Amino acid sequence: MPTTVQNPLALVAELTHRCPLHCVYCSNPLELQSRSNELSTEVWSRVFKEAAEAGVLQTDFTGGEPLARPDIVDLVRSARAAGLYVSLITSGLPLDEVKLDLLVDAGLDHFQLSFQGAREETTNDISGTKSHRQKLRVLEWLKRYRIGLTLNFVIHRRNIDELEEMLAIVKETCPGCVEFASVQYYGWAFANREKLLPTRQQLDYCVERLKCAEDELQGKTRVLFVVPDYYAKYPKPCVGGWGRKLMLITPRGDALPCHAAPIIPGLKFENVKNRSLREIWEHSEAFQKFRGEDWMQEPCKSCDRRAQDFGGCRCQAMLLAGDATATDPVCSLAPQRPKVDAILTQINKGSSVGAGLAPTASRGAGTVGTVSVSKIEWLYRPNPS
Amino acid sequence: MSVDVNSKPRLAAGCRMGENNNQRVLLMPERALRLNGPSLEIVSRCDGKHSVSQIIGELQLLYSKAEPHKVEQDILGYLSLLQKERALDFDSSGAV
Repeated sequence: MPTTVQNPLALVAELTHRCPLHCVYCSNPLELQSRSNELSTEVWSRVFKEAAEAGVLQTDFTGGEPLARPDIVDLVRSARAAGLYVSLITSGLPLDEVKLDLLVDAGLDHFQLSFQGAREETTNDISGTKSHRQKLRVLEWLKRYRIGLTLNFVIHRRNIDELEEMLAIVKETCPGCVEFASVQYYGWAFANREKLLPTRQQLDYCVERLKCAEDELQGKTRVLFVVPDYYAKYPKPCVGGWGRKLMLITPRGDALPCHAAPIIPGLKFENVKNRSLREIWEHSEAFQKFRGEDWMQEPCKSCDRRAQDFGGCRCQAMLLAGDATATDPVCSLAPQRPKVDAILTQINKGSSVGAGLAPTASRGAGTVGTVSVSKIEWLYRPNPS
Repeated sequence: MSVDVNSKPRLAAGCRMGENNNQRVLLMPERALRLNGPSLEIVSRCDGKHSVSQIIGELQLLYSKAEPHKVEQDILGYLSLLQKERALDFDSSGAV
């Protein structure tokens, strides 16, 4: 039975893989695309027009670091001219006041600034770059403009204990939204997984604290918490369902249903240089592959939740179960769930990895122990040539 | 969170009206809300000039077949929801 194809709603534009940061959990592929293969300003402008015509409402400029593109102001202008709502997902690093002024003037709707920690030493250690002070400067500059602002704290075992300090930054800044986004385990994060997964105790504290924060900040700042799905009972509805809402374009123009999709063997991706966005969305093999429910195995196939979470994430099924059509192994109903539980058991046994289970005497009940950040051998992502 | 009827709501930073396939939408960071009928009438009056009580009055006229109290309750509920979603700022300096 053919599946009805709805319009795409969001276009994730991965403008470049270049980035001044080298975060240990970077979601980019282990093999990065080089600068010489990046799409030109003209091709991106055509893509934005085709996206708006296909029904897309919003585009997220991301990367790598989208500000690493010298034509970033022109790209914002052309996406706005095409009728799209434009978000910039950035570390704030290669930015000065003049550039910010130009971006806002070009019609930037929403600025999402990422934080790797609340403290300078944590941010610098996690991102492999001296970046924290610049982020605080960017927050100051942003106060002059009336554009959307989201602070995004990427959290994991090494910085989750700084939650209170992160909330202090939020209260000081008063953004429209704050996301506490747990690292999701793909790319470099998968490679560094055992050093990044929080303990259950850390997570429980975080959930409780953010529930209170939601009340404290109501009417001022929306508080979003993205849980690490290894701890979840049911999987996330990854990308809102494969080929249902979202399209991602890589720096060289490949159209993907999900940014991690290239890890699935045998998937062939079409390039926006050769075909229109609508044709790719409706007909390309990669977008059709897991659209609808025909590909599903049990227990998904007969599960009541299949229209809610769409079987979870195909890429995670590939990574953990070795089969992209399997139920996402983070699901409590998945036959492969024991693999996830085994990892969690290891993380929570308080081993030499530094799980930080013992609260220190100086802290009140309910708080979690500190974790030493020293002596960790991270696998840092390099920069593409 | 209750809504002050003297305040003048306007779209919050990062929120604006848009259109796609002849459908009006409220565009917000990472989200969009389809607007039709009453929701479109309400949001298009959130311009920093209309007070909440003016919006209520105008919609009671527009939907004169509906029970006025019900119209008022629906509007207050919808505005409160939009406020919670951070789609609106309420300028209370407009209060008399």
